[in-house]
Amino acid sequence: MKALLAVLLLCAGLFSSGPWAEEVLQFDNDAQRDLYQQLTAELRCPQCQNQNIADSHAVVAVDMREKTYQLIREGKDRQQVLDYMINRYGDFVHYLPPVNRYTLWLWLLPLMMLLGLIAVGVFRRAQQSKQVPQDIAGNTAAELDQLIARYRSKK
Amino acid sequence: MRKVLFYVPLLAFLALALFLLSGLFSDPRERESASLNKALPNFALADLMQPNTIWTPEKLKGEVFLLNVWGTWCPTCNAELGYLSELRQQGVKIVGLYYELPRDPAFDPPFDLAVLQQEVQQKLQQQGDPYQFNMLDLTRSVSLDLGVSGAPETFIVDAEGIVRAHHIGDINPAVWRSKLAPLYQQWSSQ
Repeated sequence: MKALLAVLLLCAGLFSSGPWAEEVLQFDNDAQRDLYQQLTAELRCPQCQNQNIADSHAVVAVDMREKTYQLIREGKDRQQVLDYMINRYGDFVHYLPPVNRYTLWLWLLPLMMLLGLIAVGVFRRAQQSKQVPQDIAGNTAAELDQLIARYRSKK
Repeated sequence: MRKVLFYVPLLAFLALALFLLSGLFSDPRERESASLNKALPNFALADLMQPNTIWTPEKLKGEVFLLNVWGTWCPTCNAELGYLSELRQQGVKIVGLYYELPRDPAFDPPFDLAVLQQEVQQKLQQQGDPYQFNMLDLTRSVSLDLGVSGAPETFIVDAEGIVRAHHIGDINPAVWRSKLAPLYQQWSSQ
């Protein structure tokens, strides 16, 4: 048991002194730390497909994390850091794309589909309620009588 | 009305299938670069081989050139050196931006310029040397300002020092002919 514990502690020692050690970042206050965590989760790694820079080990992601940290320490706010990155890597780099004439459809299309479906539903319901009483009132009784008469005569 | 409605799901399916099919053949790395039609960022980089020479955007003006981001650690960059050398022989001016990898203080030896120079020289002797000169971007800060996401990447910079093309990936005869050569000629003739 003691040996196992010793081995575990050794392993822990190994991991704490590796490249992970350099990721311990100092911030002036908690707001800065929160901003850093928020931004690195929101900024997209330009090298990898579908990873944020907090998640990626790509060289460019490491550099962007460092730059984000540096800019935050200089007192830049959220928008300033985002502008800095978007200026260099384009809108691609932010996971919340801006609304413009190309991206507008992302919001409009689902809304239009929903409205279309509602319209189709309302239209069909209106047609159905028109048809149903006619069928029952007019034809059914006579048809039933005919059917009964036919099967009776077969007996 | 009924008949028209009957075809709506089929048409919707076909539209979706076509949209997804086009996605199969598109390059996910292909996107508009933010550095297009902007001047080169401000920098002062040392020459890789003659560290006393400092290159600035001002000194690079006057002629259209390719700015090629590369490193000896990058296999794709090494593969394109041969073709780039051919382009140099055809009179294309190519400037290298050397993209040095970050070092892990715990495992890697500290940066040594002499070692790197030797490595680069050896590599260029083996594969061909397309470069007029190389600028050393040790901290990759200029690469960050240029919107470089990795190596190799190549920019076409015009005589005024304005970025006119940004290509991500290697340059081979097909890419050069179809994408970069027309732009290079267009900006050279202006």
